[in-house]
Amino acid sequence: MGIVEIDNIAYEYIRRDEEGNVEGIVRAVDGVSLDIKRGEFISILGGNGSGKSTLAKQINAILYPCEGSVYVDGKDTSVEENVWDVRQAAGMIFQNPDNQIIGSIVEEDVGFGPENMGIPTPEIIERVNEALKTLRMYDYRKHSPNRLSGGQKQRVAIAGVVAMHPKCIIMDEPTAMLDPMGRKEVIRAARALNDVEKVTIILITHYMEETIYSDRIIVMDKGKVVMSGDPKEIFSRIDELKRLRLGVPQATELAYELKRRGVRLGSGILSGKELVTQICRSYATM
Amino acid sequence: MSIICDHVNFTYSRGTADEIQALKDISFSIGDGEFVGIIGATGSGKSTLIQHLNGLLKATSGHIYINGEDIYDRDYSLKELRNKVGLVFQYPEHQLFEETVLRDVCFGPKNQGLSNTEAEMRAYEALQSVNLMEDCYDVSPFDLSGGQKRRAAIAGVLAMKPEILILDEPTAGLDPEGREEILNLLKTLHDEQNITVMLVSHSMEDMADYAERLLVMDKGRIIMNGNPRDVFLNAELLEKTGLSVPQVTYILRELRQKGFDVDISATTVDEAADSIMRALGL
Repeated sequence: MGIVEIDNIAYEYIRRDEEGNVEGIVRAVDGVSLDIKRGEFISILGGNGSGKSTLAKQINAILYPCEGSVYVDGKDTSVEENVWDVRQAAGMIFQNPDNQIIGSIVEEDVGFGPENMGIPTPEIIERVNEALKTLRMYDYRKHSPNRLSGGQKQRVAIAGVVAMHPKCIIMDEPTAMLDPMGRKEVIRAARALNDVEKVTIILITHYMEETIYSDRIIVMDKGKVVMSGDPKEIFSRIDELKRLRLGVPQATELAYELKRRGVRLGSGILSGKELVTQICRSYATM
Repeated sequence: MSIICDHVNFTYSRGTADEIQALKDISFSIGDGEFVGIIGATGSGKSTLIQHLNGLLKATSGHIYINGEDIYDRDYSLKELRNKVGLVFQYPEHQLFEETVLRDVCFGPKNQGLSNTEAEMRAYEALQSVNLMEDCYDVSPFDLSGGQKRRAAIAGVLAMKPEILILDEPTAGLDPEGREEILNLLKTLHDEQNITVMLVSHSMEDMADYAERLLVMDKGRIIMNGNPRDVFLNAELLEKTGLSVPQVTYILRELRQKGFDVDISATTVDEAADSIMRALGL
């Protein structure tokens, strides 16, 4: 059984005027079914307003589906008694690190989650240290979060979720506000959590190159899943992606352009490394 | 319109225990009609710097000249300065507040003392230049999509007819198409109306595609000032400060290491493709 099972869900935002009369209904998520396996790394792409965040918020019971059902770790998210279990199983990271940090010292901030779960103090300390080591922030445990860089703050926020021992972490544009180094740090951390700790990762992003190591990419448009496949499949459909307001990683774009101009290259190039390897293989002996 | 910063220093919370010098001896000049990018890691002083350019923050020492006039002169009008220098903050759509898009965009020009009719004409013009169609002028700005909201907010600044437009990460959080729309809009404003544009961004690829010149900031100082090709030749130094070079530039550097005679100063997909074709003799 999957860690997250989404069965034909819909979510509607209802717009009302000042008197409370319904002015309009927006179906932000419309008939989505998704089965996410334990340990999978899934990326969700889609234009602004395509329903990605609305979908994500239903995975940890911030929103409940109007139709259909969401099961996280075998528990129905719309049953009230399950809410805490669901949120502990599926942690969430948002765009702005500053909105997610509450402690005045890094280790206190990371300990907030487990403390709320009623975990005994010695174990909290153990979990906090372990989480900070995993996110490579242990040396900063006594620092004040507001002196950290954006990427470091975001890793503290992730450590806070990791300390709750979630089975799944949903990251909703975790790198949108970060500088290049911060972006790399956060993506590296997400991959390490997935590889080493076997945590299921659901990554929402507008940066195509951050998704190339995912097991699967889901593309959303107007509340529906319109494409699904591994990165090689998805990024070979450049024209379709452009119509959906998306793009491809820059390495893929360069490979596409070179092929168009007659360079002998295979298909499905996603990273600079692959492109360099292929060029070397075909042309290095010349 | 030109900007000159002359040995500008700025310290937050001066005289307290939290004192922190955010700008250190900043000097540069920007000519009329340039398109300049500012890059730097989080906390390097980019946002602090641009807030100086329309007088929201006042330098602890040093001078700033806009069109040759010292903005710290006693009889220099800050109101006039803010009419000339339009500043678009990060996530400007959080500042939308009016009932309709049109009224929101009218807010700036009305505050400048224009009549309702004049303000509306300015608003129409601005909304048109950001490519928002007339069917959304009478709807609430909160009913627009993310990219539309961002453009409506930018229109609010454009309606004040600034001669210098400064934007703090205007593409953060937008989808790739939305990013391109905003950047093309800035390019058009720059090319057609000769507006001086200063752009803060964390996307090295976008900077390579659009900026004519880059200022690189690190810990409150400007450490590089030059065209993107020259700046992005310094990959190691940029990485040390938390930045990077465009992805295609990394690819070229790797090819060079493998013995291909490629031009590692190329920073865009087209330039990179040209250079690889030449190196392969195709």
